[in-house]
Amino acid sequence: MLEMQNVTKAYRTDLLETHALREFSLKVEKGEFVAVTGPSGSGKTTFLNVAGLLETFDSGSYRLDGEDVSRLGDDARSQVRNRRIGFIFQSFNLIPDLDVFDNVDVPLRYRRLPAAERRERIDAALELVGLASRRKHLPSQLSGGQQQRVAIARALAGDPALLLADEPTGNLDSLMARQVLDLLEQINEMGTTIVMVTHDPELARRAHRNVQVIDGQVTDYKPYEPSSATVTPLHPAVAGGASRA
Amino acid sequence: MFAYDLKLAIDSLKRTPGLSALMALAIALGIAVCAVTITIYHAVSSNPIPHRSQVLHAVTLDTWDVDRPYDEDEPENPPTLLTYRDATTLYGSGAAPRSLIMYKSGDLMLPERAGVKPFHATLRITTHEFFAMFDVPFQHGGGWDAAADAGPQPLAVLSAETNDKLFGGDNSVGRTVKIGSTEYRVAGVLEPWAPSPKFFDLNNGVFEDPEDVYLPFGWGRVLELPVHGNTQCWKSENQSSYTDFLNSECVWLQAWAELPDARARERYQAHLDNYARSQKATGRMQRPLNNRLYDVEQWLERNEVVSRDNRVLLGIAFLFLGVCLVNVVGLLLAKFLNAAPLTGLRRALGASRRDVVRQHVTEVLLLGLAGGVLGILLAIGGLAGIRMLYDDEYTRASYERLTAVDPVVVLATLALSVLAGIVAGLYPSWRIGRTAPAVYLKSQ
Ligand SMILES: Nc1ncnc2c1ncn2[C@@H]1O[C@H](COP(=O)(O)OP(=O)(O)OP(=O)(O)O)[C@@H](O)[C@H]1O
Ligand SMILES: [Mg+2]
Repeated sequence: MLEMQNVTKAYRTDLLETHALREFSLKVEKGEFVAVTGPSGSGKTTFLNVAGLLETFDSGSYRLDGEDVSRLGDDARSQVRNRRIGFIFQSFNLIPDLDVFDNVDVPLRYRRLPAAERRERIDAALELVGLASRRKHLPSQLSGGQQQRVAIARALAGDPALLLADEPTGNLDSLMARQVLDLLEQINEMGTTIVMVTHDPELARRAHRNVQVIDGQVTDYKPYEPSSATVTPLHPAVAGGASRA
Repeated sequence: MFAYDLKLAIDSLKRTPGLSALMALAIALGIAVCAVTITIYHAVSSNPIPHRSQVLHAVTLDTWDVDRPYDEDEPENPPTLLTYRDATTLYGSGAAPRSLIMYKSGDLMLPERAGVKPFHATLRITTHEFFAMFDVPFQHGGGWDAAADAGPQPLAVLSAETNDKLFGGDNSVGRTVKIGSTEYRVAGVLEPWAPSPKFFDLNNGVFEDPEDVYLPFGWGRVLELPVHGNTQCWKSENQSSYTDFLNSECVWLQAWAELPDARARERYQAHLDNYARSQKATGRMQRPLNNRLYDVEQWLERNEVVSRDNRVLLGIAFLFLGVCLVNVVGLLLAKFLNAAPLTGLRRALGASRRDVVRQHVTEVLLLGLAGGVLGILLAIGGLAGIRMLYDDEYTRASYERLTAVDPVVVLATLALSVLAGIVAGLYPSWRIGRTAPAVYLKSQ
């Protein structure tokens, strides 16, 4: 689904150069739910922005869904964002003067879908996140958890192959955070690949796989193993020795 | 997509009502000033008799002082008026298929209708061709013939306004009017008629109304009717009688000739020059041969009806519009950049650069349209204001025509304001189109 090889990205200002990603390599398979963790400033958001084609990178290669998207033009990048990727941000990023329905509508508009199909998709997405009854509410009339669910509905309405979430629960209390994670798990079970940046180890543990980013690099790069194969029977002695060590 | 752009544009304008109003007002002010100037310019530069303007020719002869040109600034210009001697001789020669000579006068009108006080009537003393040559429309009756000019016969043609005043708008043909001490029989009544500019006699103002009453040319000499137009003399001559005045070198008559094609024009030009040569032989017209024929457009040009001032004014008006637009550009830029986080979000969700530019251009077009409508209202108010400045009825009437709101100008103004909107909005829209999708998305 997502395959990055030796991606580097530096931010340059007049005074200094920050290497946000260096030789960053990561492979995420279709259907995976990956949690990305790491210290602040390590490059998690940068990785997510590059993965979501929100930012370009300096060198390396990036294949999305089998297609090389390293050197696409701006229009093509917009289209990939619009059709194949869903975004969820820490600060929800809803448009304050649009109601719930119209917020979910935004990416569908840029996809130029006919009105009937848009309505169908929006209704289905709001149904899924449990906000079907709130479609006329403005973001300011919703709780934080509800706002994030609207954002999830917006990301899902376009039926993306890849869902990118940057600390989706960062602004929520633990109860709401758990609800949002339940929702993401449910979405993942329905087939959507999810890459989520989080600081919360408890939430990270619920993903299939954890990836740690330190200083712009993936530290424990493990290829994905299907869940049936994850319970590799270890020799009790080895297992015991490992736990004792 | 246009519906969506429109919705976004309206939402955006509503989000900052004060700023939107300010920008619309800035466009409106610039537009209004332009519309007022264009209206006036359009009025002064329009051709008052387009279908005959190539055929009708003002006739001039250089009868001026040998030592000094008529027009010091533009010495190639002969006088615009003729002497009585030259006018009557040229007219009598019959060298043009049709021609006329005339001047403006005035006298006291003594109405017989109860309740109408005597008033000063403006008179046009003219040969009979006036009505046919200038395509003047009649309500009732008609003009007179050559015999009436020569007689002269006591016939008069009334303007529509004069007929309304004297006869309450009835058909007055056959009734009599008393002007000064002479009674005339009404031969015809005109439809309301006021060519603008008043090309056939520009001496008393470009937008003056035509005269109240028209009288056969012979009455001028018989009644010694004074000149109410322009009389210009260069030679000191003894003028103790009206006859002396008629025989003097003073110029005061307008002459027009109808010359249907280039050949007729050439022939008439040759006739003028021959006449001038014959006069040189008698000691008159000592200046170099310079007798000119002007068609209507050339005549308006020669008389600077569209003066350089008007063009400068037009330039200044557009400059002012430019200043207004620069302000709008600044305000738009501030407004768009202020909303850049939302634009960045839309970009992240899949809006292309083109989508973003189109959305913002739509907003600016809407603003331009609003500014245009407001501007037209301001302009109509402004033109009404100009009219109010002239509180004597006489001048006001002529300014009314000058400042009439022209549908062509209204449309042109709307188009101009939309264009202005595009000009003002293009850079800010393009600029906001460059918004990088990621920059504003980082968590606060
Ligand atoms: N627009 C930018 N211009 C310059 N430097 C930047 C920019 N964005 C990020 N950086 C730098 O790149 C590095 C990686 O930043 P990034 O936002 O990816 O970190 P992060 O892992 O998401 O951190 P956090 O957990 O705090 O969100 C940091 O050193 C940061 O200062
Ligand atoms: Mg981050």
